[in-house]
Amino acid sequence: MTDACFQLKGSVFTTIILELYQYSRESFTQQLKDKINQAPGFFHQSPVVISLEKINDNVTEVDFDELLDISRQFGLQPMAFKCTKSHFKSAINATSLALLSDSALRTTSRKPLPESSTLQASSSMEEKKLVPRKSKIVTRPVRSGQQVYYEGADLIILSQVSEGAEVLADGNIHIYGALRGRALAGINGDTSARVFCQKLEAELISIAGNFILSDFMRTQAWQQAVQVYLDEHILHVAAV
Amino acid sequence: MAEIIVVTSGKGGVGKTTTSAAIGSGLAIRGHKTVVIDFDVGLRNLDLIMGCERRVVYDFVNVLNKEAKLNQALIKDKRNENLFILPASQTRDKDALTQDGVKNILDELSKTFDYIICDSPAGIEKGAQMALYFADQAIVVTNPEVSSVRDSDRILGILQSKSLRAEQGDEPVKEHLLLTRYNPGRVADGEMLSVKDVEEILVIPLLGVIPESEAVLKASNQGEPVIFDEGADAGYAYKDAVSRLLGEVIEFRFIEQEKKGFLKRLLGAR
Repeated sequence: MTDACFQLKGSVFTTIILELYQYSRESFTQQLKDKINQAPGFFHQSPVVISLEKINDNVTEVDFDELLDISRQFGLQPMAFKCTKSHFKSAINATSLALLSDSALRTTSRKPLPESSTLQASSSMEEKKLVPRKSKIVTRPVRSGQQVYYEGADLIILSQVSEGAEVLADGNIHIYGALRGRALAGINGDTSARVFCQKLEAELISIAGNFILSDFMRTQAWQQAVQVYLDEHILHVAAV
Repeated sequence: MAEIIVVTSGKGGVGKTTTSAAIGSGLAIRGHKTVVIDFDVGLRNLDLIMGCERRVVYDFVNVLNKEAKLNQALIKDKRNENLFILPASQTRDKDALTQDGVKNILDELSKTFDYIICDSPAGIEKGAQMALYFADQAIVVTNPEVSSVRDSDRILGILQSKSLRAEQGDEPVKEHLLLTRYNPGRVADGEMLSVKDVEEILVIPLLGVIPESEAVLKASNQGEPVIFDEGADAGYAYKDAVSRLLGEVIEFRFIEQEKKGFLKRLLGAR
């Protein structure tokens, strides 16, 4: 198989969807400018799908070439249209961008995307990973029966986590107190996430789906300040 | 404006009603006009503990449903003129409680009373949530054993998230830990959690430690809150707790084994 030029793979990307309600050159330009000025770094070189699903019924014609030009001027990378309304189809085809029908999106049997945009999509995903991760600070004890999770963030707890409580994070978990409940770090698969605590008395610690239970932890650095990290699918407990 | 204090625990049988009766009586003895409300609709007990069961005509739910006026349902204590009891209904269940209804009653009581003590039912369901919802302060009654401590931890979580103060983002409900049925001898033998153990798990300020005492059972059966018993350890411990509730700083009694240990040694030597 060394002489193979390529391999076809299915993949899912997260993209921004620009939902168009109506279109006029002036207001579209102005509103896009305002939106992008709010977070220029975030939108830079972002692949965008333009959706006409929510367009007002009285809009029958849109100058798509002009719309695409304006979007590109602001650094967006329009890569496809999403539309089920038949009267726009010929105009969309004329732009040579892909047309995603609703069913295509639902069944994930995707039409191949233009090669260039796919590449840009993945490279811009990489860029997004470099954006500093948010962190959420919890100042009060997390009590039995409570669950704390903030999407896409590291979790910093300035108190204890009680038995029967659960703290979850996409990133790291820092606990400046005793951990007696459950701590699950990297729940979206980040294997580099770690759990830190001042006093290890946990019921369960998990990183990216790999977990250890208190029976195992009792043989390690029980009741000490520790960090827990993942190496080769095995969780390690180390005193800090 | 009255201060609303909920006496709660999560777990049943730890001494909530005994504590409500004792703390309510203690506040009244100190000259504060106090009402104790039984939120345990369907399992009415407070009236027995306070010795007014034969004077119950109208109850909390009657007032809530506007079948009776608040003054008709309030029972004035025979021992202290500052003390009043609002009994629960025995024939209804927790669904009879509505947030608006409870609010109206508490608002009306707030006009004339200094303290409103809400005696919560066990559990974490509607009855318990109603009892704690409007609270300014909470006395969390805990026995020195693991299941009671865990349930207290759970109820503290609910106080933090489901009380009116939590929902409105006001200053959080002020939490107090009250350890009951404490036996220093058994703590020394490692059969019971120590005050320090419980404080370490719950991390809330200690209001009092009530020693395990036969006087408590006697007081319940006689319908006389233990705080009125001049000879009982538990009575003194409750008086101390009331003083701390009123902001005084008092040393803790009955948490050391020393005296008993000495006696025990003497008895053992016999």
